[in-house]
Amino acid sequence: MTQAEAQEHGAEVAHVPTAAARAEGQQHSIKLYLVVWGWLFVLSTCSYAVDYFNFQGYLRWSLIVTLMLLKAGLIVAIFMHMAWERLALAYAILVPPLLILVFLTIMALESDYTALTRILWFGTQ
Amino acid sequence: MAETTIGPAESPSPRQPGRRGIIADWASDQQAFKNVSWGKAMIWIFLLSDTFIFGCFLLAYMTARMSTTVPWPNTAEVFALHIAGHSVPLLLIAIMTFVLISSSGTMAMAVNFGYRHDRRKTAALMLATAALGATFVGMQAFEWTELIMKGVRPWANPFGAPQFGPAFFMITGFHGTHVTIGVIFLLIIARKVLRGDFDHGAPGFFTSRRGRYENVEIMGLYWHFVDLVWVFIFAFFYLW
Repeated sequence: MTQAEAQEHGAEVAHVPTAAARAEGQQHSIKLYLVVWGWLFVLSTCSYAVDYFNFQGYLRWSLIVTLMLLKAGLIVAIFMHMAWERLALAYAILVPPLLILVFLTIMALESDYTALTRILWFGTQ
Repeated sequence: MAETTIGPAESPSPRQPGRRGIIADWASDQQAFKNVSWGKAMIWIFLLSDTFIFGCFLLAYMTARMSTTVPWPNTAEVFALHIAGHSVPLLLIAIMTFVLISSSGTMAMAVNFGYRHDRRKTAALMLATAALGATFVGMQAFEWTELIMKGVRPWANPFGAPQFGPAFFMITGFHGTHVTIGVIFLLIIARKVLRGDFDHGAPGFFTSRRGRYENVEIMGLYWHFVDLVWVFIFAFFYLW
C-alpha cells in the first residue's frame, strides 16, 4: 500500500495513526458504525411497533417492506462496505437477486390459480 | 460512488466513472474485480448463491400461504410471551432481532480494528459477536421447544394451516444452522487473530495461503449476511 493509494481514503485516513503504514482494506470511523447500529435499533423497534399496534392491510404491508428495505440497505451498504466497492462488484452482486422478483410474480400467479381451483374443488365435495 | 476503497490486490488501475467503468472492468484481462481479492470476490459470490436459497424458501412459504384455503396462524399470538399474566406479542422474536443486530455491530467494529492490527480489540469484539450469536441460537432452541410442546409439527399444527409447520422449521432451521456455523468460524478466526497468525501471515488450513486481516472482513461479510437474512425472515414470516 503506497502513500498515494492511502490518500484515496480521503478524510477517513486522518484519524488512523501512522496512516500510510496502516491504511489497508476497509477502514471507516467507529462512529459511523455506531450511528448505523443505532438506526438499525430504531428501525427494528418501528417494525416491532407495526405488530404491537396491530396495523392492518396495506398500511401494515407497506410499513413492513419499507422498514425491511431500509434495514437491509444499511447493512449491505455500511456494514458490508458495498458503498465503497467498485461498481463492477456492486452490480455483479446486487442485480442478480432482482431476478427473485420475476420468480415471485410467477409464483404469486400460480398460487392464486391454485387457491381458486381448491375453492372450486372443495366446494363440490 | 466516486471514491472506492483500495484493496490488497496489486496495482489497481484508476476507475473510469459510471457505466464505462463497469464495462472497462468486466472487459479487462484476467481480473474483473480490480481492488477485491480472490477471497472477498468468492465470499460475495457464495452469499449471492445463499440469497437464492433463502429466496426460494421464502417464495415457497409465500406460495403455500397464498394457496391454502385454511386460515394462516396468527404469528403475533403463536409467538407471544406470557410475562406476569400479560401476553406480549412477538416479544422473544423482537429480542432475538436486537441480539443479532448487536452482533452485527460488534462484528463491523472487529473488522475495523483488524485492519488497524489491534489484535486484542479485534479478538474481543469477535468473541462478543460469537457470544451474541450463541445467545440467538439458544433463544431459537427455546422457541422451537415451545412450539413443539404446543403441538406444531412439520405436517400439522393446532393453530390453522398445516403448511405453517414445515415453513417455520425449514426457514428458521436453515437460518439457525447458518448462525451456528458462523459462531464456530468466529471462534476459529478469533483464535487466529489472538495468536497473531494474521500479523506474520501464517498459512491457512484449506488453501495454505498467507493469512491476512482481510480474513476478518470475509468472516464479517458472512456474519452480516446472516443478520440480513434475519431482517427478511422477521418481515415476511413473523410480521406479515
